[in-house]
Amino acid sequence: MLRAAYFIPLVLFGLFAVLAGFMLTQPKDEFVESAMVGKPLPPFDLRAATGDRPGVSLAHFTDGEPKLLNIWASWCLPCIAEAPQLEALDEAGVEIIGVAIRDRPDAVAAFLARHGNPYSRIGADDLSEIQLEIGSSGVPETFVIDGEGIIRYQHIGDIRPDDVPMLLEKLEEARS
Amino acid sequence: MIAEIGHAALWLAAALAVLQLVAGALALRTPEGAAPSPYAMYARPAAAVQAFLAVIAFGALLYAFAITDLSVKLVATNSHSMKPFIYKLTGTWGNHEGSMLLWVAVLALSGGLLALAERRLPERTMSATLAVQGFVAIGFYIFLLWSSNPFERLPVPALEGVGLNPLLQDIGLAVHPPTLYVGYVGLSVAFSLAMGALITREVNPNFARVMRPWVLGAWVFLTLGITAGSYWAYYELGWGGWWFWDPVENASLMPWLAATALLHSVSVLAARDALRTWTIMLGVVAFSMSMLGTFLVRSGVLTSVHAFAVDPERGTLLLVLLALYIGGSLTIFAMRAGDIAEGKRFTATSREGALVFNNVMLSAILAIVLLGTLYPLLTEAFDVRVSVGPPYFNPAGAIFAIPMFLVMAVGPLLRWKDDSPARIQPELAVLGAIGLLIVAGVVFLGNYPLLPVLGLALAGALAIAALLPLRGRKLSRVPTATWGMVIAHFGVAVALFGMACEGAFTQEKLAAVAPGGSEEIAGWTVALESVDPVAGPNWTAIEARLAVSRDGSEPTMLDPQARNFWAPAQATSESALLTRWDGQLYAVIGDAAGIGPDGEQRWQLRLWWKPFVTFIWYGGMLIALGGIISIFGRVTVDVKQRKAARVRAERAEDEALLAGKAPLPEPAE
Repeated sequence: MLRAAYFIPLVLFGLFAVLAGFMLTQPKDEFVESAMVGKPLPPFDLRAATGDRPGVSLAHFTDGEPKLLNIWASWCLPCIAEAPQLEALDEAGVEIIGVAIRDRPDAVAAFLARHGNPYSRIGADDLSEIQLEIGSSGVPETFVIDGEGIIRYQHIGDIRPDDVPMLLEKLEEARS
Repeated sequence: MIAEIGHAALWLAAALAVLQLVAGALALRTPEGAAPSPYAMYARPAAAVQAFLAVIAFGALLYAFAITDLSVKLVATNSHSMKPFIYKLTGTWGNHEGSMLLWVAVLALSGGLLALAERRLPERTMSATLAVQGFVAIGFYIFLLWSSNPFERLPVPALEGVGLNPLLQDIGLAVHPPTLYVGYVGLSVAFSLAMGALITREVNPNFARVMRPWVLGAWVFLTLGITAGSYWAYYELGWGGWWFWDPVENASLMPWLAATALLHSVSVLAARDALRTWTIMLGVVAFSMSMLGTFLVRSGVLTSVHAFAVDPERGTLLLVLLALYIGGSLTIFAMRAGDIAEGKRFTATSREGALVFNNVMLSAILAIVLLGTLYPLLTEAFDVRVSVGPPYFNPAGAIFAIPMFLVMAVGPLLRWKDDSPARIQPELAVLGAIGLLIVAGVVFLGNYPLLPVLGLALAGALAIAALLPLRGRKLSRVPTATWGMVIAHFGVAVALFGMACEGAFTQEKLAAVAPGGSEEIAGWTVALESVDPVAGPNWTAIEARLAVSRDGSEPTMLDPQARNFWAPAQATSESALLTRWDGQLYAVIGDAAGIGPDGEQRWQLRLWWKPFVTFIWYGGMLIALGGIISIFGRVTVDVKQRKAARVRAERAEDEALLAGKAPLPEPAE
């Protein structure tokens, strides 16, 4: 005896299998990328975070040269871990602009004295306003910004030694 | 060498699974009642030897991990010579390949146990069951040997392993997955039995009694696994919650819901020969849910807070297995279910009626969880990313959970087959009064959300109701299985009480505190003494030293940490917990929170006082304990009955001999 009702589970499962099969063929992003990638930086103007480097505004990103925007803080320990890699990028001729999140001038100066200063400019973002606007949710994060001030790539977490060539490549891509 | 032995054992076990399938299937070709097929004799030994070989394969991998054999790729990528020994061992199943091998070993072991120990079922049903069991096993052997060979060697042995991730060096994480696997495998045996009974049309109380201990066992392991997983998420994620409706959590909850329904349904079938198709359907659903959960977790089609190594290719293979097993069994179900004669009838106000009602409620909750878990998958197909969370699951689940708890309080008081509500009127009045009193009391105390208040009332009524089946009985003569039910139902009340208290009375405080400052929460004084950086092997952290005291008593030190791991880069909160009999104080240190007015660095400090939150997990353990007691009761009764039957049969034989009705045995020469 066949009853239609007994086929309902089979039909439901069939629908699921088709859906799951379709979804498996779809490319999947590993990270939740900032929705800001591909968009221009918002206008901003940050005061200098420390005495020996000037502050940052949007104008500094629109001079035609790709740059790195590094979101960091003196109280952030992975930032210490990535300091040598930033140093290496600096030596490779990359301009790195820093934004210090919720920091104090003397703490910033102490950090730079201890771990090196690869930055051309450091802005102070005391309320994480710019950080949130560009879609960064933690420190450290590093953005590749092209010559027109458009965000081209977001790197979440500290920069490890094998990330350095990748970032240089992204900067080269941003040049085109 | 050891790794090669393991690899060979795995291939041989796979070959025996094929033999088991073929022999079992061929045995079914002989018509019912005819002489048993000559092939039938192979199925049982095949299952037993296969169990032996699969265990050897797992033992070989265990050995490779124990001695950190770095020429084995899996060991080199997942272990490290400096790991503590216990984590070297648990590392065996702390990765995809090893956990699949553990799965297969447990599957083969339970198949072997079933083949050797189970003599109550008709031989045809047993053949069909073993064939299905072999079929399920073959899929996993193919999966292992083709796409996830755990014994693969490296061309050149690695100098050192890469797996020293301390995140995975956690005893909870080491014990939790195998517990769930054992539960899943138990469900697969129940599934094989259900399919065997369905194919040979033997769905009857005898079959239900064979199936019951497997379902109970699986259910106990799932209960323990979920309880442990919930506590792990609670202290490890640092969000103060104990259930997040995350896909990975739902993946373990769904088989549990199905197994709970199956457990009650199979009891009705065993006791009353009713609910035949229901039981088969639930057997298929419970196993399907465990497979589906594995698929969702391992294939990475859903995003989860629990990081898992995912691989789309493996996902495809798992989906094919899923389609074969579930699609195949649902097809057989659709073709055959109509052939199963309807079981015994009963009225709505009978114990069967209550059990059916609650089975429907459990299935509805299962459907809600399933829908909520799969919905993001559906919307993502249309390029919309959504996350379904507590605002959906809690109210939608409660709609069915509340009537279920009400019926659960009353059901065990009803008689089988037919009963009148009038007979249990006094009990109903008492339970109703308890519930109303609690609601009135809580509403009088303050303004609390609706669901936790209802939860408190239900927990109170349920706790009393759970004990009522013992009323008026001599406690020493209450069957062991009934004790199991009483304890498990009481455990549900305890867990519900914990959940409701947590929901209604939790106090939370988020403050920016400078060292030297202090905060008050629920009668506790929390003083932040200092915040210092600390470092571990691959993480750095800021650690707060908190002196906490209640009502001026001696302070206790708590050290919550905010950790940053380098490889892989990940921030975690190491919460600090202080447990008291009436609740837990939960402290988490957050980011720096700027400079205070006096120039001091301030830190985010998050504090919770969670009254009776621990009861959630005590309840879970009680539920599992009830299940264990119940298995023990069922098995001892069964052994006793079998022994009595054998003695009766021997006596009848002797009497027949004495009466001269049977030929006397001839003396041996």
